[in-house]
Amino acid sequence: MKDKYRFIGKVVPRLDASEIVAGRAKFLNDIKLQDMLYGKVLRSPYPHALIKKVDKKKALKLPGVKAILTWEDVPDWKGGTPRYTRILDHKVRYVGDAVALVAATNEEIAKEALRLIEVDYEVLPAVFDMEKALEPDAPQLYDEFPGNIVTPGVPFFGPKSLQDVVMGDTEKGFAEADIITEGTFGYENIPNPLPPEPPGAIGLWEEPNKLTLWVSNQASYMDKITLFHVMGRKVEVRSIGGPCGGSFGSKFMSWQVQTYAALLSKATGKPVKLVFTKEEHLAAFTVRPSSRMRARVGMKKDGTVTAVSGQWLIDTGYYSMTTQSQVAVGCGEVQIMVRCPNWDLKPVIVCTNRNASGIVRGFGGQELKCILIPLLSLAMEKLDIDPFEFLKKHYVKPGDGYFWRDGIWYTYRGVDYSPAMDKGAEAFCWKEKWKGWLTPTSIHGSKQRGVGVGVHGNADIGEDASEAYVRLHPDGTAMLFSCVTEHGTGQRSNYAKMVAEVLQLPLENVSITPSDSLINPYEFGPAGSRGTYAIGSAVIRAAEDAKKKLFELMAPKFQTEPGDLDTSDGMVFVRDNPEKKIAWKGMSIDRTITGFGRFEPDYTLTNCMMSFVEVEVDTETGKVDLVNVVNATDAGKIIDPQGLEGQLNGCLGSAGIDSAIFEETILDRSSGHTLNANMIDYKWRTFSELPVIKNVVLETPFPSHRFHAVGIGEVATSPGPSAVLMAVSNAIGVWLHEYPVTPEKVLKALGKISSRNQKGGTQ
Amino acid sequence: MATKKRNQKREPVFKAQVVNLTVNGQVHALEMGSGPGDIEPFHTLSHTLRETLGLTGTKISCDNGACGACTVLIDGKAMLSCMTLTIECDGKNVTTIEGLGDPKTGMVDTLQQSFIDHTAFQCGFCTPGMIMSAKALLSENPSPTEEEVKEGLSGNFCRCISHYHVVKAVLAASEK
Repeated sequence: MKDKYRFIGKVVPRLDASEIVAGRAKFLNDIKLQDMLYGKVLRSPYPHALIKKVDKKKALKLPGVKAILTWEDVPDWKGGTPRYTRILDHKVRYVGDAVALVAATNEEIAKEALRLIEVDYEVLPAVFDMEKALEPDAPQLYDEFPGNIVTPGVPFFGPKSLQDVVMGDTEKGFAEADIITEGTFGYENIPNPLPPEPPGAIGLWEEPNKLTLWVSNQASYMDKITLFHVMGRKVEVRSIGGPCGGSFGSKFMSWQVQTYAALLSKATGKPVKLVFTKEEHLAAFTVRPSSRMRARVGMKKDGTVTAVSGQWLIDTGYYSMTTQSQVAVGCGEVQIMVRCPNWDLKPVIVCTNRNASGIVRGFGGQELKCILIPLLSLAMEKLDIDPFEFLKKHYVKPGDGYFWRDGIWYTYRGVDYSPAMDKGAEAFCWKEKWKGWLTPTSIHGSKQRGVGVGVHGNADIGEDASEAYVRLHPDGTAMLFSCVTEHGTGQRSNYAKMVAEVLQLPLENVSITPSDSLINPYEFGPAGSRGTYAIGSAVIRAAEDAKKKLFELMAPKFQTEPGDLDTSDGMVFVRDNPEKKIAWKGMSIDRTITGFGRFEPDYTLTNCMMSFVEVEVDTETGKVDLVNVVNATDAGKIIDPQGLEGQLNGCLGSAGIDSAIFEETILDRSSGHTLNANMIDYKWRTFSELPVIKNVVLETPFPSHRFHAVGIGEVATSPGPSAVLMAVSNAIGVWLHEYPVTPEKVLKALGKISSRNQKGGTQ
Repeated sequence: MATKKRNQKREPVFKAQVVNLTVNGQVHALEMGSGPGDIEPFHTLSHTLRETLGLTGTKISCDNGACGACTVLIDGKAMLSCMTLTIECDGKNVTTIEGLGDPKTGMVDTLQQSFIDHTAFQCGFCTPGMIMSAKALLSENPSPTEEEVKEGLSGNFCRCISHYHVVKAVLAASEK
């Protein structure tokens, strides 16, 4: 079939390409304002303590120090869900918690001032394990969270906000099962999405209540919204986004660094820049939530799941801003992945004395799948069921349904992903490589290979609202007003493509406004793979609305109806008689035409990613190498081939597949210190260790918008980790229950080294 | 334990009160001191480039010599500017990302163009460092193999996983 599109699906340079390769892209830390001060944070060395006294006299005497703020100096602004976490508090709850904020004329002076602040602490007992945190005599982090259990539910998701997966009758379900398996799995290595650009902000406060913030965020409009609530709904916030040096979800919530900059600017009357160091980024910014689950699974011989029952424990660290949202979405996603009439899956979100968990690609679903797919696998193993066939059979099909994050039941109306899964299996040679459970694919000396498969998908592709304007100018150009920020997916360029396609304008005639909340309408931002469908729909509608208004205005000049007109390259013409044409300037040179587009949430479509992995395990050293990856999906219609491939290759990094192999934040569970808060000890994949990745992308038109596409980028990281756990277990013939599969864990599973004595010393 | 002889005449470690630094062909005489525009002994080259000379194309990510984001060329060799003190660079010739291409026409050089053509970046934060490492590699080895490209870039961190596109871009820009 001949492609009918002029820009959609074509490889064109990104709008920002020249700026990026020439070093001209202005990231947050590249911005310098007149009289700007620099902020730094004094952080707690204790995981849990009361601040008895802060003496800042010496520090204030240091020339260049302009302000020092402690909990006694700041307004009662609070973050968290519910909002119980004060910006600066009299109590610190993890190693790295903010004790004081300093503004100085340069960073060196600010750092020096931190050393001169004297703090008296009353150290309290701390807790680092979620099950221990739930014990009756455990140290309590908040008066508001008795038993360290975080209040469930998300007001933003509505009154029925999904809190668990409970339906049917599990007792009956287990009675119908041919086999019941039980086990515990944990995904607790709290990997850091670790974008190269650290979190930061520049704040400029204007009395009495106006704040301008320069931010680095994938969703810069939402900073305005988040801070409005954190600041007690009394501050008018303008957020200005720019190129974001990676986020992977994490910078969606940067309220702390932003409020620090705001408070220091309020105190000094000057703009204040505060950028975290990489150590702060690793030890004092958000990481993935930890997940642990003990569950029972009932299954029939044909792979029908009859019941799932278990308690899903989620460690959110010292506070939760979005963990309830992640749990809600995870609970929705699990129903998309596995069809089962009887559920009793109860999440409990727990606070412990470590840095907080927050948003990371995979948003609750990756965390849950990393433990639930292995639990299902235990039953599959007993019944000798091929996991690929199982996952393919169970994944949501048109007409199936699920309770989504708002607690409402939706019926899926998208395409069947089975053909994409089949193509993926074929590209991977799954049939040839799958030798059965706990059986290696091949053995060469000490090298044993194994394969695994995972799947993930969500209905977030249509979550939340987006708005856009498209303004047409008489010179034949168009400007898109959207608060979307570029964070690596290339979506800003893709929206320009969409506008150009709708208006049939040369790409260079379409521009986009800076992502400034002052000039652009509401934008939830690119999250949960919503960029293509949700944001795309708002953009398309804005362009269509502008086009409609243009035709209405021009129709009298042609003495015809607006419906008879079309446009191309800045000319309006009669569709049946293209010779009859008038340039856009016919609208009058003192006029612009503005179209508006809005997307309302739609949870009836989901995306899907299936990942196949092949690993090679050295049974002598325990080292696991990732050899092959195949990602399979159906995107409806590819908008941007290069950008899509980049997103899918991203499956390795940003707390994705590698969080199953070697990536972890190592927390010393006696002192609460992060032991690897630098990029030498925090492991990441280098160029020399790249596996072969094949991305299989089908294009079956979706009932989404005029280009029939859906987004897929966010979930690329999610199916891989559980697939790795499966593959390594198969390669060595023993179940592994925890991530990452470090050499130590592999050798332990093989019985080649003994378990480490918890009390120290040798056994 | 060795003790220092206090009265012994010592050569000053740094003779010059001015560090002469050539950056992208432009000579800068940077005075030692604590005033604005001065350099202090603890200033790293990345700090001087970004904060003193306003060349913000060079990025700081880990600031600890682990990630390669701050890579620049010093006398043609790829170096980590966050691990290099500016006072060590007296008389040195530094090339940053801003120094590639033709400043008069604004045209990018062939390697940069190849990064554009292959969309060899996602968020773009690591890209300047990546390009400078690749530049050094290609000047030492104009026709590298794929493995040599990977080896040459193995000190550069990219979290978006643009590695596959970067390898293609560098190979395409190399001499066949």
